Amino acid sequence: MSTLTIGKAINAGLRAAMESDPKVLVMGEDVGKLGGVFRITDGLQKDFGEDRVIDTPLAESGIIGTAVGLALRGYRPVCEIQFDGFVFPAYDQIVTQVARMHYRSGGRLRMPIVIRIPYGGGIGAVEHHSESPEAYFSHTPGLKVVSCSSPTDAYWMIQQAVALDDPVVFFEPKRRYWDKAEVDESGGPDLPLEAARIARPGEHLTLVAYGPMVKTCLEAATAAEEEGRSLEVVDLRSLSPLDLPTLYESVRRTGRCLVVHEAPLTLGVGAEVAARVAEECFYSLEAPVLRVTGFDTPYPPSRVEEDYLPDLDRVLDGVDRALAH
Amino acid sequence: MSPTGEDPELVQLLTPEGERVDHPDYSPLVAELTDDDVRDLYRDLVLARRVDTEAVALQRQGELGLWASLLGQEAAQVGSARALRPQDHVFPTYREHGVALCRGVDPGLLLGLFRGVDQGGWDPAENHFHLYTIVIGSQTLHATGYAMGVQRDGAVGTGDPDRDAAVIAYFGDGATSQGDVNEAFIWASVYNAPVVFFCQNNQWAISEPLERQTRIPLYRRASGFGFPGVRVDGNDVLACLAVARAALQRARDGEGPMLVEAYTYRMGAHTTSDDPTRYRLAADLEHWKLKDPIERVRAYLTRHAGADQEFFDGVEAEADSLAERLRTHCREMPDPTPQSMFDHVYVEPTAQLVEQREALTAYLASFAEEEVRA
Repeated sequence: MSTLTIGKAINAGLRAAMESDPKVLVMGEDVGKLGGVFRITDGLQKDFGEDRVIDTPLAESGIIGTAVGLALRGYRPVCEIQFDGFVFPAYDQIVTQVARMHYRSGGRLRMPIVIRIPYGGGIGAVEHHSESPEAYFSHTPGLKVVSCSSPTDAYWMIQQAVALDDPVVFFEPKRRYWDKAEVDESGGPDLPLEAARIARPGEHLTLVAYGPMVKTCLEAATAAEEEGRSLEVVDLRSLSPLDLPTLYESVRRTGRCLVVHEAPLTLGVGAEVAARVAEECFYSLEAPVLRVTGFDTPYPPSRVEEDYLPDLDRVLDGVDRALAH
Repeated sequence: MSPTGEDPELVQLLTPEGERVDHPDYSPLVAELTDDDVRDLYRDLVLARRVDTEAVALQRQGELGLWASLLGQEAAQVGSARALRPQDHVFPTYREHGVALCRGVDPGLLLGLFRGVDQGGWDPAENHFHLYTIVIGSQTLHATGYAMGVQRDGAVGTGDPDRDAAVIAYFGDGATSQGDVNEAFIWASVYNAPVVFFCQNNQWAISEPLERQTRIPLYRRASGFGFPGVRVDGNDVLACLAVARAALQRARDGEGPMLVEAYTYRMGAHTTSDDPTRYRLAADLEHWKLKDPIERVRAYLTRHAGADQEFFDGVEAEADSLAERLRTHCREMPDPTPQSMFDHVYVEPTAQLVEQREALTAYLASFAEEEVRA
């Protein structure tokens, strides 16, 4: 057992993956000597060398495009996109090449590529450093999309993602990088990569979240408890595919569902969750599925981001509306 | 110099009239070729053209949805492909039918993508020939990454001719405007990756002439990225072979990337859906017909290598039989089942995909039941 931040847990997970498989590479901007702008790859180049921890030229399409070639040659590249807002030059390679290679080759070619993206707001950053682009990727068949919310998940999920033969977009909740918890590095993960997790059991309503919003929802559940409301928190962990059985089981039990994410409301992950739950849990629902999310605006200047981002009060306000039905 | 101007640096070893010419750097690279070897190249050129002609015909007959013709580019493809060793790896565009043929890919398999029964029916590992890439320029990055893998595998610069490997990326003049191609040049350069960038400059990106992509000859772009570039007569199979041999060996020896601009002309339409009469002059075609890549080899073989009618008839007969096999193969290619669209989205199907597949199956079966009732 050790006490790790989410950032250190990902670092430790990457280290473990690189130790267990010499084909695992880390590549991206500033991932070498600097250890990445968030230090997630700290010390890896020193220990594994420049051939396995590759400082790349400053071009995201090049990072992903060359990772495709390396994967075709039998390597397992873990690519770091420095910030969420900088993934778009690589979007073409991810969507038209990475996501479809296995499909179009009739299963002959595999793309064991992990694309790590520090994402989300709440750190007072300048434009293009606080985005939540997960829906774009979740809408693309052939990609797996996951997000971790705790040091334990960070440690194990990054290793599971690296071990998977499908491409994985790995969203890291950057404002939670410094959150600490005990991590048991022995044995193995408790859950498959694609499984959702009941982060807190409850009876009256299911809060559905992932990434940075899991902590917000857990805090909301604690606050609601004082008012006698028992909220269940489901950490989706995997956005594509969704672990629907876990979700349905929870909502059928509680009868109410509120989805929380930082990304804009319209056509976000919450829309898919709401549609699925409405279709499959219709007769268990006591209220419409509600969403508390960012707004349908570009990510705003950071001085107003606190009003953009769902926080404890907005989540509780959503809970009030759902329970009023 | 304009991008299309006559270039004194153009490497040529066989004139359009079929005469061998010497080049101090490149003639030695094909000096060992016997007349039989040149006959083999002629055969490759004719077969490549026949695959293409037949596929265009199949499209016109409705058997293919689309075809991207290589007409005019046979020498660039055959010459470069015959410079490859088995361990070298090829990243083609959707027009590299001649390279595929030389690489040993069954030409029938090339048709699947254009018929709409698959998206690349051959095994890339079998002939070290990757699937066709349709998004312009994407494959140059894949080739460069693959070459970085070759480096990491220690398969560069060992001096072992059976081990050292190079990667070749094919692309066109239009692709040189793509960010991915420029990024591939940068990656290859800074990592000294064993990759050859083989640009078939056929002077047209659908309707847009070369002047819309560049103000300088394309091969000169290489110097800005820090590696050599050379312009070769793309209709001269000997020159393409020699230059590609030099570039590939350089890569295998660990000396890094090279850009080859094979200066040629797209004699056909961009694809069977295109109508080039809307944007270019017939006179240009007439000019380039005089530079035909096959005719000059035929002239050489006739005049200088004693090839007689029997030889040429033999190659024609072989082409006829290949065409016949292609026609038969194309028409016999089975349509995929509707359910097969769910295959291979992931290594293991997700629960959602299984459910959707079952739902489609049940839906389709419901029509069968209706037919029975009717």
